[in-house]
Amino acid sequence: MCVFRRLKIRTMNAVTPQLVARDGRKLARENVESPFAISGLTVSYGGRPAVLSVDFVTPPGAMVAIIGPNGAGKSTLIKAALGIVPRLSGEVTAFGLPREKAMARIAYVPQRASVDWDFPATVIDVVMMGYYRRLGLFRFAGTRLRRSALACLERVGMAAFADRQIGQLSGGQQQRVFIARALAQEADLYIMDEPFAGVDAVTERAIIAVLKDLKAAGKTIICVHHDLGTVTEYFDHVLLINVRRVAAGPVDEVFTIDNLQETYGGRLLTAENAGGVAPASPQAL
Amino acid sequence: MGADFVMLGLVPLVVGVLTSVACALLGNFLVLRRQALIGDAVSHVVLPGIVLAYLATGTVAAGAMLLGAGAAAIAALVLIEIVRRAGRIEPGAAMGVVFTALFAAGVLLLEQTDTGKVHLDVEHALYGNLESIVWFAADGWGSLLDPAALAELPPPVPRLALALAAVIAFIALFWKELFIGTFDPGFAESVGARPGLTGFALVVMVAVVAVMAFDAVGAIIVVAMFICPAGAARLMTDRLLPQLAWSVAFATAAAVAGYMLAAYGPLWLGFASSVSAAGMIATVSGGILALACLVGPRRHRRGMQAADGGA
Repeated sequence: MCVFRRLKIRTMNAVTPQLVARDGRKLARENVESPFAISGLTVSYGGRPAVLSVDFVTPPGAMVAIIGPNGAGKSTLIKAALGIVPRLSGEVTAFGLPREKAMARIAYVPQRASVDWDFPATVIDVVMMGYYRRLGLFRFAGTRLRRSALACLERVGMAAFADRQIGQLSGGQQQRVFIARALAQEADLYIMDEPFAGVDAVTERAIIAVLKDLKAAGKTIICVHHDLGTVTEYFDHVLLINVRRVAAGPVDEVFTIDNLQETYGGRLLTAENAGGVAPASPQAL
Repeated sequence: MGADFVMLGLVPLVVGVLTSVACALLGNFLVLRRQALIGDAVSHVVLPGIVLAYLATGTVAAGAMLLGAGAAAIAALVLIEIVRRAGRIEPGAAMGVVFTALFAAGVLLLEQTDTGKVHLDVEHALYGNLESIVWFAADGWGSLLDPAALAELPPPVPRLALALAAVIAFIALFWKELFIGTFDPGFAESVGARPGLTGFALVVMVAVVAVMAFDAVGAIIVVAMFICPAGAARLMTDRLLPQLAWSVAFATAAAVAGYMLAAYGPLWLGFASSVSAAGMIATVSGGILALACLVGPRRHRRGMQAADGGA
């Protein structure tokens, strides 16, 4: 019922995008069409810049990896762009609208380690959180939403664990619960913080299958990613950052040894030795 | 258990239970958010707030006290944030510094002011005066059905009943926001569940209950009840709603057993006088937590074992 109404509003938004940013600047044509466009984003932590004037325009339907060394501001960049941590400056638009007006179309998957998995909640409880925006204040989910939550768990192979306490899951299973929660949001843009960090092979395959499905359905996906070895296989675009933006664009143009050397500041020794593009994760060095 | 009990014992017992349950319900969220010390901080900061409100208005009317305490609680939260950022120390330490300093300032203020005419002193702030809440209009169990006698119920009873009702309404209405915001604040922000606002509202509720409870039961019960029943309840179940139910059961048990032990325990042992009910209720709640640690079914959780292994 209310899903319908929102769909209508969405289409209207798409037809009449707002062309002017909050500070009055005209947005570039590509920003209007982009599911997620960041310009001049700067974030400061304790007086030092964690992210410095980063621009990035996500192409529609792209699968983007945000790559950079530890402490490069990857997580901070997406959290600030989503309004979760305060930013010093910068404009963020989503689907041609100021980001805060388009949040209903964005699903955010935080880092798995950012929450306390000892929390007294079951797997289905966590997935149902994805329906928050649909329910709003003072309304509670019924059996219909519970069934769709189970369907989301099915897609990540976790339906059998619906009533399990989340602390009893392995790391990979916890990550799949987070992905299921994002699926419940039925978004058009998925922003994930290290979805493949510390997961088992089964989980990695399950997640990448889900992401490919989403991409096939025309959704856009942005992942903070740490494993350089899988970038070419999983993603079609990259954003290389180390506080500042180093390079961004299609994987085959931008994911080069030179750009990686610049991003990781000479810490990427084995990349050249191995001859190919970045077979080793920087964490291994 | 006749007319004497209804007149002298029933009201303190009811006030003890109402306070304990209200604190325990909020305590579940404080403990899960690792903010248990906030309850401690707020209930101590109430003292300087109340003294200042008394100095400003010259009365101990509930409204003025509530405003003063509420203002002090907010000032304390701001101070905690400043100390945490400026001093770059962990939140627990910042809270400890701020509430001890403000409580001490409250003690000094109290000494300097003429509060002899009103019932306002440090002992009172810590362990209240549960035993002195007497229902003079009562003359037996029948008074519970007598409108005239009920109208004469001591003010802490309706006040704390109202506080408890407010706590239950707050948790019921904002269940989703509290649940999501406590588990995953970043995600909560991204779906518009306003975790910052929810967290602030939670602390405001904590302050309201601490202030309402202050007069009748003092800080000891409040501090104990924000932590012990919720901590014990977490060891009994892995779901939040049952955890809340357990915490209510533990809080009620602690209040009833604590009051009875304080009032009649020493007599059974042959001593002449009773002991502080507030102190005994808090002690019993600590005992329940200890018991839950020893035999609670959920005490060997995966996360906790990992934490133990890493320590």
